[in-house]
Amino acid sequence: MEKRYIYADHAATTAVSDEVLQEMLPYFQKNFGNPSSIYAKGRENERAIMNARERVAKCLNADAKEIYFTGGGSESDNWAIKGIADKLATKGKKHIITSVFEHHAVLHTCEFLEKHGFEVTYLPVSPEGLINSEDVENAIRPDTALVTIMYANNEIGTIQPISEIGAICKKHGVLFHTDAVQAIGNIEIDVKAQNIDLLSLSGHKFHAPKGIGALYVRKGIQLPNLIHGGGQESGKRAGTENVPAIMGLAKAIELATANIPEKIAKLTPLRNKLIDGILQMEQTKLNGDREKRLAGNVNISIVGIEGESLLLMLDYYGIQASSGSACTSGSLDPSHVLLSLGLVHEVAHGSLRISFDEEFTEQDADYILEVLPKIVDRLRAMSPMWETLTKENKKLV
Amino acid sequence: MNYSEKVMDHFTNPRNVGEIENADGIGEVGNAKCGDIMKMYLKIDGDVITDVKFKTFGCGAAVATSSMATEMIKGKTINEVLKLTNKAVMEALDGLPPVKVHCSVLAEQAVKAALTDYYKKQGVDPEPIVGIIPDCEDCH
Repeated sequence: MEKRYIYADHAATTAVSDEVLQEMLPYFQKNFGNPSSIYAKGRENERAIMNARERVAKCLNADAKEIYFTGGGSESDNWAIKGIADKLATKGKKHIITSVFEHHAVLHTCEFLEKHGFEVTYLPVSPEGLINSEDVENAIRPDTALVTIMYANNEIGTIQPISEIGAICKKHGVLFHTDAVQAIGNIEIDVKAQNIDLLSLSGHKFHAPKGIGALYVRKGIQLPNLIHGGGQESGKRAGTENVPAIMGLAKAIELATANIPEKIAKLTPLRNKLIDGILQMEQTKLNGDREKRLAGNVNISIVGIEGESLLLMLDYYGIQASSGSACTSGSLDPSHVLLSLGLVHEVAHGSLRISFDEEFTEQDADYILEVLPKIVDRLRAMSPMWETLTKENKKLV
Repeated sequence: MNYSEKVMDHFTNPRNVGEIENADGIGEVGNAKCGDIMKMYLKIDGDVITDVKFKTFGCGAAVATSSMATEMIKGKTINEVLKLTNKAVMEALDGLPPVKVHCSVLAEQAVKAALTDYYKKQGVDPEPIVGIIPDCEDCH
C-alpha cells in the first residue's frame, strides 16, 4: 500500500487557491493605496472594494450595500448577535432563540448576553442533528429580539430548515440570523427568498485567506457600529480595509458558488462510499442525518477508541482529519455537538470527522477505507474499554 | 498538539502492550467518561517486577505515558517502583503539553493501583505501603 497524503479537514480550513491568490497579489505591492485616499491609487482601490462587495452580494442574492467585510465568521456572529441584542433591548426585547449545537462563536456570545440581562432559549436538536422549525415558532415570544440558527453544523454537517425558519421569523416579525460559515459553496443560498435578515460567512472555509469574512445585514436594519473610527464599511467597522483579503474573498465566493449542484453530485457518492465503508466496522455509528448533510461531511463514532489517538495514527498514514473528543477540544468534555445528539461521553470521545471538497478522489476514499480499519483494530486491541465491552458483550451503539 | 519526538515514538511504537495471564497485580484507573482508561498488569517475583503489560484507552499522551511507565518499572524492585513519580515519567518523555500532565499522573496511579491489587491478593493492607489512589476527577 502506497502512502497517500490526504487533507480531509476542509471544515476546519482550506488552502488559498491559485486563482484567489492571483486575484490578491496586485493589491500587496502595485495597488497598495489606501481606499480612503483621494489620489488615483486610493480611488482605484475604493472601486476595487466596491466591486468586491457587489460580487459577494451577488452570490447571496443580496445588494452590495448589505455586505460588510469583517475579520471572519466569529466576528460576524458576534457583531450580528450583540448588535441586534443591543439595539432591540431599548425596545424591551431581551429574548434570543438559538440552538444547543451552534458554533461557540454563537453560543458563547449568547452566554455573554445572558450575563447582561438577556434571556436565551437553547432549542434542542433531534438525534439526527436537526432543528425542528416548529420548535422555533413555539419559542417565539413578544419580547424575542432575534433567532440565530446555523445553516449547516460544523461538526456533523447537518443542514437546518433555514427557509422554513426564515418564513416563521418573517411571519412573527422577528429578526433571523444564520451562521452560514459551513454552508457557503456547499448549498445555494438566496437571502431574499429565504427571508434571512443577517448572515455570517468566513473566507478561509472556501479557499479565501484566513482573517476575512463578511456579514450580510438586510437593508433597513440599523446595526450598531462594531468599531468606531473612520468611515470604512459605512462607518460601522472602522479601520483601513484589508484590500487583498477582500479581493480574495470576492474571487473565492464566486468560484465556490459557481457550480454547487455539480459539486454536490460529485461529492455525495464519495461521502456515501466512506459512510458505508466505515460503518462496515462493528460498533460504529454515523453522527447526523444521512441525507440532510453537507455533501463533503462524514462524522462517525467508533466505539472503544479515543479520537486523538485515532487522529495521530491517521496522520501517521498521511490522513489529516478531525475529532470531537475531549482530548482534541482541549477541555474535559467531548464536543457539545455530539453530546447534543444524545451520545454518551464514551461514544463521543471516539468520533471522527472527515470533510473534503472537489479535490477529494475515489482513490482517497479507498485509501481511507483501507487504512482506517487497521488503525481501529490496533487501537481497540490495546483498549481496556474495548476489552470490557467485548467480555460483557455490550454494545454502546 | 505539540508532542515531543519521544512521546510520538512511544505512541506509535508502544512498549509492553497487552495482558499478562495470571498477573500478580492488576490496576485500572481513569474512566471512559473522562476519555482515559489505563490498565496495568504486573508479574512479581519476590520483590522484583519481572514483567509488565498495559492497555490504554486515551489520547496520544495517555498511551505514551503508560508505555514509558512500563519501561521504567520493568526489572525494578517494588521499593524502586513505589518511588516512580509522574514527573519522572514526563521527564523521560522530554515533557508533555500542560493539558496532558494528567496523563502522566494517571500512569503513576495505574502502577500504584496494580501494586495495591498485588498486596490485597497477598492479604496485606496496601494503604501503608502504596497510599491512597485518588479518584480520576482529582487528577484534572
